[in-house]
Amino acid sequence: MKQLHIFLAFFRVGIFGYGGGPSSIPLVYNEVVKKYKWMDDDQFGDILALGNALPGPIATKMAGYIGYRVGGVAGMLNALLASILPTILLIIFLLTVLNKYKDETWVSGMTSAVVPVVAVMLATMTWSFIKNSAKSFLGWGWTIIFVIGSIIILEFLHIHPAILIAGLLMAALLKKDSADNKVKERQS
Amino acid sequence: MIYWQIFLAFFIPGILGYGGGPALIPLVENEVVGRYGWLTVSEFSEVLAISNALPGPIATKMAGYIGFQQGGVLGAVVGVFAVVAPSLVLMLTLLNILMKHKESPKVKRLTVFVRPVVGVLLGILTYDFIATSHAGIGLWQTILIGTVSFFLLEKFRVHPAYVIAGSLVYGAIFLS
Repeated sequence: MKQLHIFLAFFRVGIFGYGGGPSSIPLVYNEVVKKYKWMDDDQFGDILALGNALPGPIATKMAGYIGYRVGGVAGMLNALLASILPTILLIIFLLTVLNKYKDETWVSGMTSAVVPVVAVMLATMTWSFIKNSAKSFLGWGWTIIFVIGSIIILEFLHIHPAILIAGLLMAALLKKDSADNKVKERQS
Repeated sequence: MIYWQIFLAFFIPGILGYGGGPALIPLVENEVVGRYGWLTVSEFSEVLAISNALPGPIATKMAGYIGFQQGGVLGAVVGVFAVVAPSLVLMLTLLNILMKHKESPKVKRLTVFVRPVVGVLLGILTYDFIATSHAGIGLWQTILIGTVSFFLLEKFRVHPAYVIAGSLVYGAIFLS
């Protein structure tokens, strides 16, 4: 039953994710956190951060890891194949048999109409991560500082997100534990 | 020999490409057009155009199709494996280490530190999608589709699959 759910979750992600891996992130979130509740927002955020910090396609890294966590090695293969196989077969079929359709205007109409929908889904996720961040011991003050700091680092200094994430991981791991008492106080 | 070349052609973009599938496209082009000459530039852009018109991750569709074209079914399997496996193995290893120590205060702090950055990365992605849409179908269509899908998704809790399917139909009819 679990394997069937893994298959269905990532099959839907694969066939409804238009625009490549990054546009399927909100779909993965919807299946994994909201529908099947295999993990919470925070765990999903960790996976997404690490996925962003590592090279390679994002969709398969997420499908493979989440599939593995929920259903072991079989779950990993299941999630991977469910998210990539249907569309690989489709493209081989289309490119070998039905090449003529790609110039049809209705095909490009379909592709462009889905972009704002994905934008809305990404915007809602953005908001939920920032809101959750403010609820943690960072509070609104530090959250805003983190947000503005990362925007400057990523967009104006053009430093690669992998470097920023790796830096924060180091900071979190190397910071002296005396600060943890404060953490516990504020959380309680 | 051809399988080894297919493996290398997709292994290199897989370990060098940061930012998900779309970021891998120029690296794939460098290998299959520049190094191996399997496709011409215009053939490559045809494959890319169809990839973009179809759902699912871009990188695996390209690896699957080009692998199939060069080496049949086995070639497709080799290409997809080369693009997917290295980064997935890295991901599994690192996250398993984290999960083992998830009760440690250091690892808990890690989640908190990284969360606002994930928010910003998603925000940037949102902006990119809005800019793409604005350049493609203009301001009013973007606002119209965006607003309608916001209410369907957030107010009426419609499953995203239906909203996406709806937008595809709308696009095929009204944006062609």
